[in-house]
Amino acid sequence: MAILWTDALIYLLLISMLGLVFYMRSRDHMQRPLSKLAKSKIGVASLVILLFFVVIGLLDSIHFKPTNTKQTEIISVLDYWATNLREHSEKTYSAPFSTHLYSKEIIVAPDGLVYWDYPRLEFGGRHIYLPERQWLPDVLKKIVFGLSQGVVIAGLLFVGFLTTRYVFLRKKTGLLFLSSPTKTALIVTGVIIAITYCLVYLSAYYHVFGTDKVGEDVFYQAIKSIRTGLVLGTLTTLIMLPMAIGFGILAGFFGGWIDDIIQYIYTTLNAIPSVLLIAASILMVQVYMASHEQEFTSIIVRADMRLLFLCLILGVTNWTGLCRLLRAETLKLREMEYVQAAHALGVKKSMILIRHILPNVMHIVLISVVLDFSSLVLAEAVLSYINIGVDSTTYSWGNMINGARLEMAREPIVWWSLSAAFLFMFTLVLAANLFADTVQDAFDPRRSAD
Amino acid sequence: MRMRAYQLLPLCFLLLNSCNDLQLNNPYSEDEGKHTVLYQSFSERPKHLDPAAAYSENEYAFIAQIYEPLFQYHYLKRPYQLTPLTASKMPEIIYLDRSGKVLSENAPEQDIAYTDYVLNIQPNVHFQPHPALAKNAQGQYIYHQLSLEQIQASQTLNDFKEVGTRELTVEDYVHQIKRLAHPKIQSPIAEIMKNYIVGFDDFAKQVADKPKTEIKALSIAGVEIISQYQYKIRIKGKYPQFIFWLSMPFFAPMPWEADVFYEQPGLADKNITLDWYPIGTGPYLLAENNPNRRMILQKNPNFHVENYPTEGEEGDQKKGLLEDAGKQLPLIDKVVFMLEKETIPYWTKFLQGYYDASGIASDSFDQAIQFTGSGGVALTDSMKQKGIQLQTSVETSDFYMGFNMLDATVGGDSEKARKLRQAISIAVDYEEFISIFRNGRGLVAQGVIPPGIYGHADGEAGVNSYSFTWQDNKAQRKKITEAQQLMIEAGYPNGIDPATKEALILNFDTASVSVDDRPMMNWYRKQFEKLGIKLVIRATDYNRFQEKMRTGNEQIFVWGWNADYPDPENFFFLLYGPNSKVKFGGENAVNYQSAEFDKFFEKMRNMDNTPERYQIIQQMQEVVRHDAPWIFGFHPKSFSLFHSWYGNLKPNLMANNRLKYTKLDVLTRLEKRKAWNQPVIFPLTIGILMICSVATFIIYRRKKVVIK
Amino acid sequence: MIQYIIRRFLYAIPLLIGVNILTFVLFFVVNSPDDMARMQLGQKRVTEQAISNWKQQHGYNIPLLWNSEAQDQEKVTKTIFYQKSVGLFLFNFGVSDSGRNIGADIQERMWPSLALALPTLVVGLVVDVSFALMMVLFRNSYIERTGLVICVVLLSISSLFYIIGGQFLFAKVLKWVPISGYDDGFSAFKFLILPVLIGVFSGSGSGVRWYRTLFLEEVEKDYVRTARAKGLTETQVLFKHVLPNALIPILTGVVVILPLLFMGSLIMESFFSIPGLGSYTLDAINSQDFAIVRSMVFLGSVLYVFGLLLTDISYTLVDPRVRLS
Repeated sequence: MAILWTDALIYLLLISMLGLVFYMRSRDHMQRPLSKLAKSKIGVASLVILLFFVVIGLLDSIHFKPTNTKQTEIISVLDYWATNLREHSEKTYSAPFSTHLYSKEIIVAPDGLVYWDYPRLEFGGRHIYLPERQWLPDVLKKIVFGLSQGVVIAGLLFVGFLTTRYVFLRKKTGLLFLSSPTKTALIVTGVIIAITYCLVYLSAYYHVFGTDKVGEDVFYQAIKSIRTGLVLGTLTTLIMLPMAIGFGILAGFFGGWIDDIIQYIYTTLNAIPSVLLIAASILMVQVYMASHEQEFTSIIVRADMRLLFLCLILGVTNWTGLCRLLRAETLKLREMEYVQAAHALGVKKSMILIRHILPNVMHIVLISVVLDFSSLVLAEAVLSYINIGVDSTTYSWGNMINGARLEMAREPIVWWSLSAAFLFMFTLVLAANLFADTVQDAFDPRRSAD
Repeated sequence: MRMRAYQLLPLCFLLLNSCNDLQLNNPYSEDEGKHTVLYQSFSERPKHLDPAAAYSENEYAFIAQIYEPLFQYHYLKRPYQLTPLTASKMPEIIYLDRSGKVLSENAPEQDIAYTDYVLNIQPNVHFQPHPALAKNAQGQYIYHQLSLEQIQASQTLNDFKEVGTRELTVEDYVHQIKRLAHPKIQSPIAEIMKNYIVGFDDFAKQVADKPKTEIKALSIAGVEIISQYQYKIRIKGKYPQFIFWLSMPFFAPMPWEADVFYEQPGLADKNITLDWYPIGTGPYLLAENNPNRRMILQKNPNFHVENYPTEGEEGDQKKGLLEDAGKQLPLIDKVVFMLEKETIPYWTKFLQGYYDASGIASDSFDQAIQFTGSGGVALTDSMKQKGIQLQTSVETSDFYMGFNMLDATVGGDSEKARKLRQAISIAVDYEEFISIFRNGRGLVAQGVIPPGIYGHADGEAGVNSYSFTWQDNKAQRKKITEAQQLMIEAGYPNGIDPATKEALILNFDTASVSVDDRPMMNWYRKQFEKLGIKLVIRATDYNRFQEKMRTGNEQIFVWGWNADYPDPENFFFLLYGPNSKVKFGGENAVNYQSAEFDKFFEKMRNMDNTPERYQIIQQMQEVVRHDAPWIFGFHPKSFSLFHSWYGNLKPNLMANNRLKYTKLDVLTRLEKRKAWNQPVIFPLTIGILMICSVATFIIYRRKKVVIK
Repeated sequence: MIQYIIRRFLYAIPLLIGVNILTFVLFFVVNSPDDMARMQLGQKRVTEQAISNWKQQHGYNIPLLWNSEAQDQEKVTKTIFYQKSVGLFLFNFGVSDSGRNIGADIQERMWPSLALALPTLVVGLVVDVSFALMMVLFRNSYIERTGLVICVVLLSISSLFYIIGGQFLFAKVLKWVPISGYDDGFSAFKFLILPVLIGVFSGSGSGVRWYRTLFLEEVEKDYVRTARAKGLTETQVLFKHVLPNALIPILTGVVVILPLLFMGSLIMESFFSIPGLGSYTLDAINSQDFAIVRSMVFLGSVLYVFGLLLTDISYTLVDPRVRLS
């Protein structure tokens, strides 16, 4: 077991999330928005998808040092499970489900004849002998087979779930008796399980999303990128929250010179174009790593450090928006009768802050956290384009898109890297956006009116 | 109501059809008129256009067309040969001993204390029209005492309307040598020239605090003007390579008026400096200089008579390279360089016919090139259909992987480290590197000297016997088992470091941090894994990397060297002990130090190209191969594509002033461009049809509702 | 009013000093003047002498923040920080590390940036507002629901995809526009149309949603109910009452970003090789030209402060209830 810095923070985040959920469940005033959230079909469906991504991300965050192989780098549980994908690399580009390379090469036949053609892949479609005739039936067969198996497994899990429910909770079984969001959740889960199973099943035989320039499986890259996206989206907020909440509330509550100083700090930070700030900081990290080389001998540790710093920097550039919102809200709350009353009763200021102000701005924090998530995932791609994003050895959608730009100029074009990155990123961001909408609907007091 | 929508349709079609003859995607707006215009691109703003400071290829792409040194490389003849350009004949070389006595031509080297180069230039060569040379009726320079208003009113050099010219004299050449010495100009070769030109160093010290305008009155001891058309340079010792320097833009003529003009305070704030607006005698002048968008070279109206060469290499006649023999140069009127940073637009525009020539990016390679059965290369059918021509040549460059010889593990003269280096030399399979990352555009290097440079040996004689064996008429890389054996002998069986009992860790230092390089780094790792060595990639930014190189903190790195001039000395000096980077700040980046090699080098460097020199070079190659401070890597091959209308093509790696020989068939270009760039209209038609029908449908429904 | 503006200007000074210190520290922690010299001088045949010459020429041969060798107040003034900062405050940006005058370059590259950013803003505003209005007009119908779904889909796609896809489809496959480039004057049209459209399209998802919420807030207000009660049709209500009132937050929102338009768009400009300030900045980052980056940061902050000021002023102009004090 080896723990990277971001791993540790992810665990911390997970714990605090769980804590938050329990806290919210125990509070009465949180019940109404939560139940509203649970009633929304879209909200539940997107939450399930998000959770699915989170599970993959978590699997990719448990690292250990492999014992049996020659490999010296640490790998994650996900890597371990995807050993096949990881090691089945071809020579160069190959299209999804292809049995041949994408470019012609000189092939020396067993009888010594030399000819110029598309060579067979080393792993993709190895099991069929006559690709010309067998390929399409085989692919179709495998897809149908994989999907049906997936559906059966999902069905079994489904039945299992209902039985457990019946046995332990004595609730009536059967689709008809389930509430509609639960039904949605179950259906979405079922679909995800079926598709995932099918993809995993297929990837044992083919490169489902093709291979890239050096023959690495694109499906594997896309999956590995999930963790990067999630880490950036979540850790950044984790880092910025203390600053934003602390400064925002203090500025709003105390006013005067404290307010002036905090306003000065965030206007100054805001005034600097954020890209330039990020560029400067990333350069600094590189210098730091160059001068402390002995601490970063492992590629993964280096890349991880850079990822962490990127989160840190994005946190520093992003906290100002939330801080301003919180300051305004606190200013409003300060004048509220119950706060005034607490003052009059001689309650300590720190007590007022924690008891009365903080809980009443939490909904703003929550909304802005979910809203920021998707924009951060999108920002990663742009930063990678300018070369100030994550480390080039880190798998990320931004890096994939960046590499795919050149592939679009090829003739015939290599479209699968871009498409895979698009598909995964789009699914995650769409789910996050839809979820954010529902959260906003549920928690924003102004919205809950209608 | 419904009728109206239908009436619109024919109109749309009419509109769309009228577009048919247009090239909507033409990136150029100006009409070429009757001029022959060549379209090229540049990817990075050249930093210097001052010939004393410029030293990189993208800068030479411009200034070599504008400035003319005394000599040039013959465009057609091979091996590379210098011919006079503005000189009237090749220099007269006189050897002198310490007392100044003239020695015979084949005097022993140790006797030669000085060498005199007597240089003659042609009369009637004139500078391009330039404001710095503009004079009024009284013969006074118009723009040498600019007022503040005049400077305020001007944005570019073209705002100075009056221009003038004058004849080129040797004083302009001498002035440029003085400029090379001036510390403010920061000529990259100033430090080298200090070692050779007599009095250069003293002059540099003398003018250190003086403005550039004052150097006219001072003189360098070793540079002497004999007459208006003749001057003499005295250098220390014997240095046959000096003539190569003389043929580089560093030694191009510079009128003193230019310094006086550009040094006027205020002009630099407008970016009007000698670094941006050249003044030369060459075939072209820089008519528009907007490094943010485009640079335009226009034919120099004052260009002296120079004709297309009448003789060339064998076979040139057949290739049609001598069709223009004797014609007055340059053959095209105008060259437009467009700034093009991204490879995709660049390549697409080339295919659309908007650029006349293109290199091949790795990503578009298999679209353009295919390998023929015998290992040769040819254009793909789609390229052939377009009539595109392919030009290939092996560059006079080395791309090597270096071991820091000061490093405790991989460096040093111990047998253990040498074996380790030799093992790695076998393991790093550069054949595969070339085929994966360079699409076969490279030649695996067997030694320091690339083909085309004197001393390069082909075939079995030139094989690096430490990593290769000669089999079936080609060099075969030794089997990995032999490398593993070497590892055992070096004390790292299976790559296990006895000290730590774990895999040996080596560090690879690089400045490439971009995503595009990731596959390459993975590849390097895989190569070392073959021997059980764990390679750690230490990627940092360029500055950090440079610093590591300077302080000797690197372990393994890749580096390249591009020849300044076609002489083996220009390659071997990269391994000469006294050029060590860490100790002396020289170009010996691996800090290699071998008494044997250094002795050979000192002997070889000043020799003429005799069989004896050839023998010494082979011995030096052997020493380096044995010690293996470099994994020789490869010599890149350049592949360039040219459209069918591009004429007089012959690869010439030394000459930078090739543009003046280029010819264009403008009519063919016009035709093909039109054929290739017909916009695809039908989606637009379908779109309009769909909008119309939806509109009709909505209106129809509304009407129905109203009727109800 | 004038007093207020003057006060805001004075307030801007410590802000700009703060920005300047921050960027200065960030960049000099990374890059010593020696590094910069090496970066600019290239890798062939660079000597210590050449480096010290370069430093002297670019004014980097003095201490960074404190000159202990100098006299009295020169201890502060004869430092890189002071010398370089004073130039910035006088808008005299000096010479870039690669040797060109920055001020002249900025003046020249400002216009292409503006030529791209301004149409994108205006067209984007018109498109977004009209779609938002349409959605409000058809609220609680299938049109609004589809519209919202489309919006979410649009804003879930990275802008890079729009650019790569748009360039591929319209320039490469259909050949309707040049793939990249720029020209002065009216010829710029054919180069700008695609980036502008892509810019508008990629921004429309969030734009439409944002304006829709603004309109919806307005629609719920009492005066609108009164108007409706008077018997005006929904369309009339929207255009006569809701739109003019909602324009206030829209316009003030636009005013903030107006000055920043000069800075250009980093990615759009480099994809379409438009020689604006965005690609200028990006190139400077990539080549680590500190002088340019520092100037651009400074310029950006000045424009930001200016934008804030403009917003305040525009508030008073459109809403007489707001007084500046």
